[in-house]
Amino acid sequence: MSLQPVKFYQTGTFTVGNRLLAPEERSVQANMQRTNSLNSGHRACQGCGEALGARYAIDAAMNATNRQLIAANATGCLEVFSTPYPETSWQIPWIHSLFGNAAAVATGIAAAIKVKKQKGQGGDVRVVAQGGDGGTTDIGFGCLSGMFERNDDVLYICYDNGGYMNTGVQRSSATPPAARTATTMPLGPEPGNVFGQGKFVPAIAMAHEIPYVATATVADLRDLEYKVTKAMGIRGARYIHILVPCPLGWGTASHDTIRMARLAKETGIFPVFEAEYGEVKSVLAIRRPLPVEEYLRPQKRYAHLFGKSPAVATIARIQALADKNIRKYRLQARQGGH
Amino acid sequence: MLKQTEGSHAVAEAVALCRPEVICAYPISPQTHIVEGLGEMVKSGDLKDCEFINVESEFAAMSVAIGSSATGARTYTATASQGLLFMVEAVYNASGLGLPIVMTVANRAIGAPINIWNDHSDSLSQRDCGWIQLFAETNQEALDLHIQAFKLAEELSLPVMVCMDGFILTHAYERVDIPTQEQVDAFLPPYEPRQVLDPAEPVSIGAMVGPEAFMEVRYLAHAKQMQALERIPQMAEEFKTVFGRAIGGLTHSYRTDDAETIVIAMGSVLGTIKDVVDEMRDAGEKIGVLGITSFRPFPIAAVAAALKNCKRFVVLEKSLAVGSGGIVATDVRMAVTGMGLKGYTVVAGLGGRAITKKSLHALFAKAGRGELEPVTFLDLDWQVVNRQLERERQTRRSGPAAESMLRDVGTVASKIA
Amino acid sequence: MFQVRIHGRGGQGVVTAAEMLSVAAFDEGRHAQAFPSFGSERMGAPVVAFCRIDDKEIRLREPIMEPDAIIIQDPTLLHQVDVFAGLKKDGFILINTSKTFDQLGLGDFIRDWRHERLCTVPAMDLALKHVGRPVPNVPLLGGFAAVAGVLQLESVIKAIKERFSGKVADGNVAAAREAYAIVKAEMEAAMHGEAHHA
Repeated sequence: MSLQPVKFYQTGTFTVGNRLLAPEERSVQANMQRTNSLNSGHRACQGCGEALGARYAIDAAMNATNRQLIAANATGCLEVFSTPYPETSWQIPWIHSLFGNAAAVATGIAAAIKVKKQKGQGGDVRVVAQGGDGGTTDIGFGCLSGMFERNDDVLYICYDNGGYMNTGVQRSSATPPAARTATTMPLGPEPGNVFGQGKFVPAIAMAHEIPYVATATVADLRDLEYKVTKAMGIRGARYIHILVPCPLGWGTASHDTIRMARLAKETGIFPVFEAEYGEVKSVLAIRRPLPVEEYLRPQKRYAHLFGKSPAVATIARIQALADKNIRKYRLQARQGGH
Repeated sequence: MLKQTEGSHAVAEAVALCRPEVICAYPISPQTHIVEGLGEMVKSGDLKDCEFINVESEFAAMSVAIGSSATGARTYTATASQGLLFMVEAVYNASGLGLPIVMTVANRAIGAPINIWNDHSDSLSQRDCGWIQLFAETNQEALDLHIQAFKLAEELSLPVMVCMDGFILTHAYERVDIPTQEQVDAFLPPYEPRQVLDPAEPVSIGAMVGPEAFMEVRYLAHAKQMQALERIPQMAEEFKTVFGRAIGGLTHSYRTDDAETIVIAMGSVLGTIKDVVDEMRDAGEKIGVLGITSFRPFPIAAVAAALKNCKRFVVLEKSLAVGSGGIVATDVRMAVTGMGLKGYTVVAGLGGRAITKKSLHALFAKAGRGELEPVTFLDLDWQVVNRQLERERQTRRSGPAAESMLRDVGTVASKIA
Repeated sequence: MFQVRIHGRGGQGVVTAAEMLSVAAFDEGRHAQAFPSFGSERMGAPVVAFCRIDDKEIRLREPIMEPDAIIIQDPTLLHQVDVFAGLKKDGFILINTSKTFDQLGLGDFIRDWRHERLCTVPAMDLALKHVGRPVPNVPLLGGFAAVAGVLQLESVIKAIKERFSGKVADGNVAAAREAYAIVKAEMEAAMHGEAHHA
């Protein structure tokens, strides 16, 4: 029997793709027996990218580990909306300790599991640590680096919505340049977040030369599931950084979350790739790079760049950053694509 | 088995006998020898089934301990001074979550100015965080208290801090009796958690609690410490049965029965005080000493009972509540409210200043004559202090206070103490 | 209670010496407490360590203000630190040097003291000779066993063997024995009224 490669060009939902695939090739989300680890009833905003990303990621992780998973969660939106006392959305063993220590707590859980297993008192349980960009790139950075450096058997997942959303949309070191936040207002000579700051933690994770680093967005469910599944098949420190649009913080329509994530990827603003031991191994290629304006316009946090006198120079600077990503990560698809 | 060894090493051996499953620590003087000892034991295989993790900060140390303890593993760490402060958010988190972590605090002063020597400001700064706090008088007590600590912590689901004087105890070689593995196993059963992260029975730990229940949750921590007030003396009895030593308990009294003056203190200074008390007793003075072993929970009833018949008490503490006075003294006063006793606070030994028999003799004699101020700073060099205050009155740009005062004090290297 | 204070510089094994004294006392069934006085840790800085020996539990925790014996591992400290502060009348002094007390400028200081209690021993030379390392602390302990008479030489040797192993242990034991002999001879000579000699 000959194999015929089939390419899917998605412009809308995923249902087309799933119907054409054999059951075992469908996404975890398509499966009626999925864990639904982040159960409905949580208090996230309508259209919350993080709620979506967390459910996708943890369901994939549970699927990959035969439901032998423990999660450590940093303080933030996800923790707050998923555990409104006295209820919890989590269907898995889950601990929230502090804002900056999710990675370290996960290290501790992994160590305990290892000892219990050694003593014949426990099975092969795996650990996920998760947090928002604030809890990961800023306050949790020290513990994150420590976990990477020791190569502890933890998958750290960062849900990046570019700001401290839970406390009212303040700037973090993941907030993109020119974006409006409560602490980077669109005022003065350089409105919004300034250029020349910020850190891209996936690159820093790669510098630690850990076994696996990947970026993903909520626009590509299958890619995200694939990466989480792959990560759970690896032992040692792993990092997945997921772009999760926040309708409230970004000022976008709640039904546009997935579309905004796709635009971030298609403009090159958010490079989607995989790396192993510090070297990029694959990218989600961009067939036709879109101008950054298409991504920026729908977001109220960039509204000050548009209007009567658009900030042409600023938009050009953002475009240059996107172009740099495309160049640096070789995101432009060759003929035949990824 | 009797051994002549360094305090830190004795503690490391005791902790190892408790079969810890995860040890995580960040180095800081003067605790380093303890975790180095444990690290060596794990690496050589002498301490089996134990993960030793070199963490990147004290905040990470306590956080790793939280994750590990929540997963059902017996967990240990150690710190001091600046390190304790650096992990404070996690220290509160551990007790709030009810995790039975045991931590050694090798008591050391807190900066600024940076100081590596002994006083009690570090653990006392955390007296309200919910951890049980036990203070060891000797290295024997230090090692034994760790064994009791694991049992107490796990029974009550509350973390325990074992405090031992940095350098004075940690780095002193003295005779200790190290228990056997059989004795420890007879006393300390395997850890049975009240709550645990387990895929077979998923729970969410660490949810937000609002005004509707926070007071009750907080009270529960206090209630557990009230339970500890009962449990600690019982545990000392149980310990004696297995190990043959009277160690632990809430307080120790020495020659207090007919004492007119009772000195109250914690930690290693009790030894020096006892020598002075013996000498003063030989000279006919009716003086005794009350050692507080359990500072949290504070043994109000035991302290009140011990001081019942005395005329006056002197609280000698290696701590200072800046802007207020004594820390231990405040808790003691609460215990003896309404008893009509005369009380004196003596702040001594801050930052490792030696507390000498000579000074104590003079101090206690003064107390006996009723000539002590309400608050005394023992052996404070008033000349140096007043010179600095004058300096600051004269010039705005008076420079770092510590530097100027050290210049007044002269070359430190040429001094013995 | 017998109190010893040891003066030296960082890197000369002052703290180890105090610890070993305490182990030797322990091996004799006595109580002992050894501890250092900490300053900034660096090689060459003045260091003091203390050792108390008694037949009952030692509760005292202050630095040794009135020692019964002083061991000076580095004579360059003599005119820098008040090494003899508090030394009890008729106390014991042992100095690591090949000079005499007179040559060290201490002749006046010790005039009225019992000279068989004031000894010198070239511990550095002995260490180099027997161990090949310039660390004088262990030979000095052999000398101390001789001059103070509060510990047996065999206890010191047992403590050496517990701390060190192999050739280093053998060398240190030999150095300690020789130092013991040298100091014993000095004490004999002093009691017969002759001047100190190395």
